[in-house]
Amino acid sequence: MKKPPVPLLQNGLRADGRAPDQMREVQIQVGTVSNADGSAVVSYGATTAVAAVYGPREMHPRHLSLPDRGVMRVRYHMAPFSTKDERKSPTPSRREIEISKVLREALEPAVMLEQYPRSRIDVFIEILQADGSTRVASLTAASLALADAGIYMRDLVVGVSVGLVDGTVVLDLNGLEDNYGEGDMPVGYMPNLRRFTLLQLDGAWTREKFLEALGLAVKGAEYVYQVAREALKNRYMAIAEEIYGR
Amino acid sequence: MYYVTPRQLIFPGDLVATADSRVEGPVYVDNGKIRSAVVGLVEFREDVVVIVPLEGVYKPKKGDLVIGYVTDVLATGWEVDVRTFMPAYLPVSEALHKHVDLETTPLTTFLNIGDVIVAKVKDVDLTDEYPVVLTLKEERVGKVESGTVVEIAPVKVPRVVGKKGSMLAVLAEVGCDIVVGQNGRIWVKCKSPRDEVFLTSLIKKIEAESHVMGLTDRVKAEVENYKKMRQQAQA
Repeated sequence: MKKPPVPLLQNGLRADGRAPDQMREVQIQVGTVSNADGSAVVSYGATTAVAAVYGPREMHPRHLSLPDRGVMRVRYHMAPFSTKDERKSPTPSRREIEISKVLREALEPAVMLEQYPRSRIDVFIEILQADGSTRVASLTAASLALADAGIYMRDLVVGVSVGLVDGTVVLDLNGLEDNYGEGDMPVGYMPNLRRFTLLQLDGAWTREKFLEALGLAVKGAEYVYQVAREALKNRYMAIAEEIYGR
Repeated sequence: MYYVTPRQLIFPGDLVATADSRVEGPVYVDNGKIRSAVVGLVEFREDVVVIVPLEGVYKPKKGDLVIGYVTDVLATGWEVDVRTFMPAYLPVSEALHKHVDLETTPLTTFLNIGDVIVAKVKDVDLTDEYPVVLTLKEERVGKVESGTVVEIAPVKVPRVVGKKGSMLAVLAEVGCDIVVGQNGRIWVKCKSPRDEVFLTSLIKKIEAESHVMGLTDRVKAEVENYKKMRQQAQA
């Protein structure tokens, strides 16, 4: 295993000064892309994802549509300037294509696609800045953008990552911990229904560490969910305040 | 049993009530509990709780009055854009009262691409190639020859109509014909174009401020104001 440039865990604190069960600062704004039907920007620390939803609208070409439900298309993409060292090629990589599929499958249990037969819903996710946990930040952004577009959903989907660093379970991996940690587990969670829509894992984990991590992920997701609710509230209360302020 | 309070904001997945309660709007039942499927506002009506969505596309229902644009002329009917995610179809048999020989009469003599129609949704069958079928064989429907069509978000249509048509009654005081399509298109026809411009901007205002209480009173004040100004201009 590669040796990290700085110790990942020292005196119970992580390289960026966080406690193991602490999220980075979460910032969420809904309705930022005015061209889109729904949109959201989500930041977990330096990691920033913007999601824009278009639809539901007619599917062209028509033979790609399904007679009994809508088709959701998800594109996850990292901006060339999003990475720290090497410029990322703007061509969709193998990894981005895979994450697009994984995110679509993480959103599909929440979206009531059967309400929109023969149509399509396009979800575009752009990573503006990458510092670990980009796929889970994207998941939160995408589900908020879908809600902002008024698409019927069973629940919001909140993404958080948990990982294993020096044998300790930590919440919300940053880029450093992602690169040098021993394990990484992105989780998608529906906080109201208490169901998971995404669960990936790499690294070697014991059963106990896995369960501990899953519990921590739920805790993190519930925190992010509260921030997300506030963001949605702000979006719709802003209009009211504009008028009362006059 | 209800878990919500009047005029509260509600988000997807939030509990609304137990499954035995009366709830209308975009909700679903999970595990014996009714939950919201959208970002919306909770409204308490006489014996029912309604979830009013704050965003979203138009979803056609049988019997809806809609305003559509003809987008294509087909062999035996027209394709019509009614602002939904599915194309709507108006067959010749539903457009004309008399029988026409399709071999000698081109359909474009009745309706052509770009024409605006007020129509009723005759049927919605999601398994059909054209899931939405329109009809012109009703009262107060047909081709639109003049006036202005205003587009607003379809979820805001109930606000323009108001409780039991109260808002529409206020708007009608300007003295114009107003037809509200459930798909968020509103046709306004006035004697003077200036009235049409005023109504257009007022409808847009209703759309923008639809969440805020006391909307009808504010609109009423604007209409009174406008009528006064119009009278002064005439004098």
